[in-house]
Amino acid sequence: MIEIASTIAKIIFIFFLCLSSLPLCVWFERRGSAWIQGRKGPNRVGPFGLIQPVADAIKFFFKESFIPTNADKVLYLLAPLLALAAPVAAMISIPFGSYLLFENLGGNDQYKIPLQIVQSDSGILFVLAFAGLEIYPLILAGRASNNKYSILGALRGCSQLISYEIAMGLSILSMVVIYSTFEMNAMISYQQNHLWGVFINPIGALIFWVAGFAETNRLPFDLAEGDSEIVAGYHLEYGAMKFALFFMSEYVAMMMVSAFLVTLFFGGYALLPGMNFCIQYFSATQNTIAIFQFLSLFLKVAFFMFIFIWVRWTLPRFRFDQLMHLGWNILFPLSIINLLLMIVLGYLI
Amino acid sequence: MNMNMNMNMNMNMNNTKTIINVSRKIGLKEKIYLYALIQGLFITLKWFLRGFFLGKSNTISYPEEKRNYSNRFRGMHFISVDENKVENCTSCYLCQTVCPAKCITIIAEERYRDNDPFHYGVRKEKKPKSFTVDALRCCFCGMCEEACPKDAIKLSRNYELAVQTRAEALYDLKHLTREVIGRG
Repeated sequence: MIEIASTIAKIIFIFFLCLSSLPLCVWFERRGSAWIQGRKGPNRVGPFGLIQPVADAIKFFFKESFIPTNADKVLYLLAPLLALAAPVAAMISIPFGSYLLFENLGGNDQYKIPLQIVQSDSGILFVLAFAGLEIYPLILAGRASNNKYSILGALRGCSQLISYEIAMGLSILSMVVIYSTFEMNAMISYQQNHLWGVFINPIGALIFWVAGFAETNRLPFDLAEGDSEIVAGYHLEYGAMKFALFFMSEYVAMMMVSAFLVTLFFGGYALLPGMNFCIQYFSATQNTIAIFQFLSLFLKVAFFMFIFIWVRWTLPRFRFDQLMHLGWNILFPLSIINLLLMIVLGYLI
Repeated sequence: MNMNMNMNMNMNMNNTKTIINVSRKIGLKEKIYLYALIQGLFITLKWFLRGFFLGKSNTISYPEEKRNYSNRFRGMHFISVDENKVENCTSCYLCQTVCPAKCITIIAEERYRDNDPFHYGVRKEKKPKSFTVDALRCCFCGMCEEACPKDAIKLSRNYELAVQTRAEALYDLKHLTREVIGRG
C-alpha cells in the first residue's frame, strides 16, 4: 500500500517537475537567445517577461484546432501525444536521489523510499528503449499530415536519429563495460566511490553529448525541422496545442538526455563538491542528504540545459551530407575504438 | 604529365588568362573543428553575460524610446510661424509649382490690415486661405522646402505618419501651422 502510494507520489513529482520547469526553459531559451544576439527578448508580460510562456500557452489553448483534410486522423492526433509521452516515460528509471528514510511507517521501524520510480536491474535499457521511441512521433507526424515538407522532415529526422543512435549506444556500452552493471544506482555509487565517468571516458562523454543533440533534434542537428529548407519539417501541419505538445516534448527530451548524460558521466545525484559542508551545517540525516542529492542532480541537469541552449544559438545547422559524414565516418569509428579502449581499461582496473 | 603541362602553357599563351589557385591547405586544427567551435561558444558566452549582467542590448523599445534621426531627415510637413504665431507663408505658389508629385494645393487671399491685429499688410501682403498637403501623394523630396523664399514650408523629423483614414492624410493649414520645436 505504502509502496504504491509512494510510487504514485514520485511519478506525480517527476511529471510536474518536468512540466513546470518547461515554461522557465522556454523563457530562458528566448531570453538567452536575445542576450546572445544583443536583443532584449520577451520583457513585457510579468517581471522580466517571466509570464510570457503562460500567455503563449493561453493563446495555444484558444486557437482553432484543425486537422488537414487528407490527413490520417488517428496517426495525426497520436503523434504529438507520443512525442511528449516518450521522453517523460524515459525519465522514470533515472534516479533523482538515493533514498528517503521514514521511521514508524507501515509497521516497520525504518522505511526506505528509493528516489527512483522504477528500480530495474536494466535501467539503462529501459531509458534507451523509450528514447528510441522518439523516432515514432517524427515518422507518424510526417506520414500522417500529408505534406511534402513534413515527410521530408520525417525522413531526415529518421535517418539522422538512426545514424546517431549507434554511436550513442556504443558510448553507453563503453560505460557499461567500466561500471560492469546496467543498474543506474550502482553506476552512481561507482562514480561516488571512484571517479566521475567523464574523467574515465572523456571521448565517450563527448560522443554521447553530440549524439544527444541529434537525439533531441536540436541545433546544430535540427534537420528534421530545418526552417530555411523545409519550412518547419515534420510538425508543419500542426497548430494550436498540438504544436505546443511537440514544442514541449523537445524540452522534456532535452531534460531527459541531460539527466541521462549526468547519470552516466557526471556522477548522477552524487553531491557536488562543497555540498558535504552544507550538509554538515544543517544535519547529516539521510533525508537531508537525499534532498541535497536531488538538488545537485537538478543543478547538473540545469547546467546541461544551459549548454543545450547556448550551443543552439552559437552553431549553424549542419548540411545533411556533413551530418551523415560526422555520424558514420567520424563518430561511429571513434566510438568503436573508444569501446575497445574501455574494454582494455576495464581489464586493467 | 609533360604533355598536360605543355597544353596548359599553350592555353595560357593563347587566352592570356592565368588560373589563380585560391584554395589553401586546411590544417588539423581546422579539420577537427572543435577549436573553432569553442571559440564561437566563447563569443556567444561573452554576449550572453553582457546581456544577463549588464542588460546591454541594441534594441530600441520603440513606443517608449524613439530613434533619433539625422537633422536632414524629411518627415511630416509643417509651416513655420513667426513670433506672433502668424504663418510665414505668403502664397507665392512656388512650392506648388515645383512640387513633382503635385500634392500641394494653395488658395491665396489678401492679408487685410483691418482684420489683422498685427498689421502685417506691408511685409506680407498675401496669405493662404487654405494650404493643403496631400501626404499620400507626397514623395518627401524636399523641393518645396528649397523653393520657399520665406522658409515657410518645411519638413520636420517626425516620421510617425500613420493615419486611420485617407482624409486625415490631407494636412490642412491648421495642422501645418502646429507648434514644432526645432525640427520636430
